[in-house]
Amino acid sequence: MNYQTQEFTYSRSTDQRAATPVRHPVVIVGAGPVGLALAIDLAQRGQKVVVLDDDFRLSSGSRAICFAKRTLEIFDTLGIGDQAVAKGVSWNVGKVFHREALVYQFNLLPEPAHKHPAFINLQQYYAEGFLAERAAQLPNIDLRWKNRVVAVDNAASGTTLTIDTPDGEYTIIADYCVACDGSRSPIRKLIGEESKGQVFKDRFLIADVKMTAPFPTERWFWFDPPFHPNQSVLLHKQPDDVWRIDFQLGWDADPEEEKKPERVIPRVQALLGKDVEFELEWVSVYTFACTRMPKFRHGRLFFCGDSAHLVSPFGARGANSGIQDANNLGWKLDAVLRGQANEHLLDTYGAEREYAADENILNSTRSTDFITPKSEISRLFRDAALSLAKDHAFARRIVNSGRLSLPSSYLNSSLNTLDEDAFDGGVKPGAPALDAPISRNGVNTWFMSELPPSFACVVYKENNTVEVSRMDTGASQNFVASTEWISRYDAAPGTTYLFRPDHHVAARWRAYDASKISNAVRRALGQ
Amino acid sequence: MLLNTESNMQDFDAFYEALIESHRDLTTAQSHEMNAKLVLLLANHVGELDVVRDALRRARETVLATKA
Repeated sequence: MNYQTQEFTYSRSTDQRAATPVRHPVVIVGAGPVGLALAIDLAQRGQKVVVLDDDFRLSSGSRAICFAKRTLEIFDTLGIGDQAVAKGVSWNVGKVFHREALVYQFNLLPEPAHKHPAFINLQQYYAEGFLAERAAQLPNIDLRWKNRVVAVDNAASGTTLTIDTPDGEYTIIADYCVACDGSRSPIRKLIGEESKGQVFKDRFLIADVKMTAPFPTERWFWFDPPFHPNQSVLLHKQPDDVWRIDFQLGWDADPEEEKKPERVIPRVQALLGKDVEFELEWVSVYTFACTRMPKFRHGRLFFCGDSAHLVSPFGARGANSGIQDANNLGWKLDAVLRGQANEHLLDTYGAEREYAADENILNSTRSTDFITPKSEISRLFRDAALSLAKDHAFARRIVNSGRLSLPSSYLNSSLNTLDEDAFDGGVKPGAPALDAPISRNGVNTWFMSELPPSFACVVYKENNTVEVSRMDTGASQNFVASTEWISRYDAAPGTTYLFRPDHHVAARWRAYDASKISNAVRRALGQ
Repeated sequence: MLLNTESNMQDFDAFYEALIESHRDLTTAQSHEMNAKLVLLLANHVGELDVVRDALRRARETVLATKA
């Protein structure tokens, strides 16, 4: 399937003939990776979802190309994790160069015994294509292409959307509306809100080149390389023999000129060497900003992904954090729509993900400041750190070519039940579950694969037994813990963890106590 | 005691941010002056002359090893 040329067909919805606007429980605006992930999550929970997209194609160009382990774990819950990993390029090793020399290298997943690698590289159109195919299998999802929202009335009784289509305008009402419509979010503009923050005065050239040269599957980052002096360069491998190269150009570069093949090809040739043959797949020049909306929830309207927050590309925190937004909001909307929780739970989407956005913006801003120093003295310190890094271990910790995306831990969330028992490490309330091998009847599996989409109680018992129980149906299964599982959860017989439906820890104890667990579930539902 | 060149700080990114921020809006001459004072303050805190000498030697060697 060529996801770059695939076109989806518009078809007229019965809503367009309705005498009065039809009301829907959830309307998602934007069929990008975040909107599709949220739609699938909700549909799998039994909710009916309308998804509106103003276009009829998937992502143009490779765009987001790094999908982190946590995203792959979420993709597993959506049914596309194995497909993404099979197609993606797995890498763990990163190398940092300064001028001619290798300064150091790092391995992102020194800890073995996780189902998924630290990262895969995968063109955004593959991730979107897999999600779109999965969404098409779910009858609860009504995906409407060429449906452009042109007006929003975000009232207390419901969000009314006016939608333009090839057959003219129509109106629907949403109990809850989620804007996953990207960094230039039309919905955000329609309600008169802004995403505010810092714009960086620099330009980068992205060149996706196709070649079969024998470069290793690693992330290579150059500061001030001989082939592109005074600027930085990043090289990454994607599937289908496509390589992503990012060249820093500086603020004065002319974006239109720099996109021309006669400008791009010599830059690429200088990096690869003069005998390497390649062809250009996609070229783009970008600037970047770190911004966010002050609030991600506006009554019945929610903002997810780039519409809510924007980061610089260093660290792969854009798409990855958007997928985590969807993972956070899905179960909360479901619980409220089922009447299991009140509206207050939806406020915690804002609180938890605004905190996560701040963390991502902080990390991404620091990386950007290191990579593109803004003053003479800033550049002097950066070059000093790079120069010391080769022989002085501490300086390697200062070198910052992007702190690659790790999931946020909601350690201060009001949904957590604070520890009353002593733990030496383990997974704290608010943190996402950690993977580890477990087995059942001699068959090996992964802990993350066995966590249900509901609240789950996990009890470690005698004889290395781990009991995983669904809190909704009461169904439970016993597994045999690996030493890695026991150590990652600091487990001793009696240790009990309560996981939320998004697989973050809600509470933990040293002994099983049913009344404490039900109190913690109520708390995690915002009651 | 020898100079510790292993990682000895919890949050290097926060340190680096504070370092760059502390130079904000200074002229190059002021930044030089500030760096000089910073060396004196930190050397006094380290206190051990052998350790400071080791740091001085390493810093000088990496400067001379770098191509101009």
